[in-house]
Amino acid sequence: MLARVRQRLLEMHTTRAWAALLSAAALVLVVLPLSNGVMAPNSALHAPDYLVPLLGKFLCFGISALSVDIIWGFAGILSLGHGLFFALGGYAMGMYLMRSIAGEGVYRSVLPDFMVFLDWKSLPWYWRGFDSFPFAMMMALLGPGLLAFVFGYFAFRSKIKGVYFSIVTQALTYAAMLLFFQNSAGFGGNNGLTDFKHILGFPLHAATTRLGLYVVSGVTLLLAYLACRYITTSKFGRVLTAIRDAELKARFCGYESTNYKLFVWTFSAVLCALAGALYVPQVGIINPSEMQPSNSIEMAIWVAVGGRGSLAGAVLGAWLINGGKSWLTAAFPSAWLYVLGALFILVTLFLPKGIAGAWSQLMRKRRP
Amino acid sequence: MTPDLEMALAARDLPSSSLVPKAESSAHALSSTRASLVLWVEEITVSFDGFKALNDLTLTLDRGELRCIIGPNGAGKTTLMDVITGKTRPDHGAVYLENRLFDLTTMSECQIAALGIGRKFQRPTVFGGHTVFENCELALRGKKGAFSNLFSRMSKADRSRIDEVLETVGLSDRRGELAGSLAHGHKQWLEIGMLLAQDPKVLLVDEPVAGMNHAEMERTAQLLKRLAGERTVVVVEHDMEFIRQIARKVTVLHEGSVLAEGPMEKIQNDPRVIEVYLGA
Repeated sequence: MLARVRQRLLEMHTTRAWAALLSAAALVLVVLPLSNGVMAPNSALHAPDYLVPLLGKFLCFGISALSVDIIWGFAGILSLGHGLFFALGGYAMGMYLMRSIAGEGVYRSVLPDFMVFLDWKSLPWYWRGFDSFPFAMMMALLGPGLLAFVFGYFAFRSKIKGVYFSIVTQALTYAAMLLFFQNSAGFGGNNGLTDFKHILGFPLHAATTRLGLYVVSGVTLLLAYLACRYITTSKFGRVLTAIRDAELKARFCGYESTNYKLFVWTFSAVLCALAGALYVPQVGIINPSEMQPSNSIEMAIWVAVGGRGSLAGAVLGAWLINGGKSWLTAAFPSAWLYVLGALFILVTLFLPKGIAGAWSQLMRKRRP
Repeated sequence: MTPDLEMALAARDLPSSSLVPKAESSAHALSSTRASLVLWVEEITVSFDGFKALNDLTLTLDRGELRCIIGPNGAGKTTLMDVITGKTRPDHGAVYLENRLFDLTTMSECQIAALGIGRKFQRPTVFGGHTVFENCELALRGKKGAFSNLFSRMSKADRSRIDEVLETVGLSDRRGELAGSLAHGHKQWLEIGMLLAQDPKVLLVDEPVAGMNHAEMERTAQLLKRLAGERTVVVVEHDMEFIRQIARKVTVLHEGSVLAEGPMEKIQNDPRVIEVYLGA
């Protein structure tokens, strides 16, 4: 039994790659929290408090990059709608956070402030249950998962592929954004949900809570990475890549490609929703702009830059681009979109397999 | 009913009464009682925007035979393969395998593949991102479901089966190479190897020697001849020299139906065939 587990682990990664992964995990999950939580604030080794939610946000983006990569890099399906799943997960978390401050809002009402403002007398039915954290988390995953399943079922069964699939996902996300912009939809309109105060009783503005959320995001990213790696190194993963490369041939080999695509599509959506749910308490707001087309496209760019078909590359791409974005939007606010566009063009032209692809090519040259 | 068919049915836990032919009215009711038959294609018609790609086509295949199908462009050769493998749905007609329990025209590509029909495409189609070994692994008979393959492990028997297949097609020393980087001829052999791993009852091979040099062609001919016997092999080909090398029985298609059928010598001298095909 133990030998089989060991063998499976070695199929997932070489010993060296495991060592690299665990060191990276230790850096994120142990070194930084210690540096922020234990080191004295005036020490050179102290990580400033503002850095924690920023990096926590990056960890969430890492999870959504994984979710885009497993469907695009390994199944060849480009989704331009993952912003929708991200936002839906975020909204479910936001609804819990809103319910947890019932009575503490500006109007001291049990209803969220925006509902009082709209002169609503009672909670809409779909807000019920969200004062329970487990229920809200279940809905954060179940809602987007179900939506993805139903959408994917019809799309894959009708053999919608390639650019058509991408456009339909984009349209779906856009439609959802328009819906969430409506005040009458009951999700706070264009202001969205905000003014959160605490999560599970912990104050959101406290440094320790923020560090806690950061660590939870880091652990989730690690688990998400391992799950994706497990899937892509299993026979399921090999079938998936086979479907990407020659779907008809895979079907003639007896694989029902629709089921494979549907499974990985739903998994990907749930993963992205999880990222959204972790993201919201760390940034303190969720509004429909998370569903705007550029957000979903940006996710695809992270993966393209980092390296389609490489899970570590996708996470790295998300971090690099968001790091660049944080820096550039502060230094030259108007330049960011041009830089992003130029980067995408350059990577497509000169690094078709992204940074990860260039790296492995370099390694192969060194060790023929 | 022959004893071996009875045994085959017993092994499948099916009552022998299920053998009753479905299409009694068919002109082939007689032949369908012959247990040596493995595939029935009955009165298939396929039309694309009014053009009849297949026109009331009827064809039967014996167990273990090597059949060549020839015909001019547009005769319906590839459409016939598409119908048998479930890629194209016919307007009417039926296709039966072995004991006539299943009408293949109502089933999906994957179900048909699972029943034991393998297909090699016109252009060599392999999984380019996978190694030669993995290509064979994917083709192996066995569990094809999405959930079970999340946890499935390859058995020792599977490995030795793949080794055997790679030996047969002469790709043993290339097992670790990416299939996408193989030479054209090697891709063709890998695809035949994958069909071997799939272990089908009927093997449909579409233009196996297109783009091959003479030596490669000869090796492919040997390979196909070896495959026939245990299983039924159907070869669609344009290259007459190649067909002369391998053919025992040839079917000539013309405008979507069978024009002539028989041994190569007879076909070559058939005036109708000469008119539509060989003479042209």
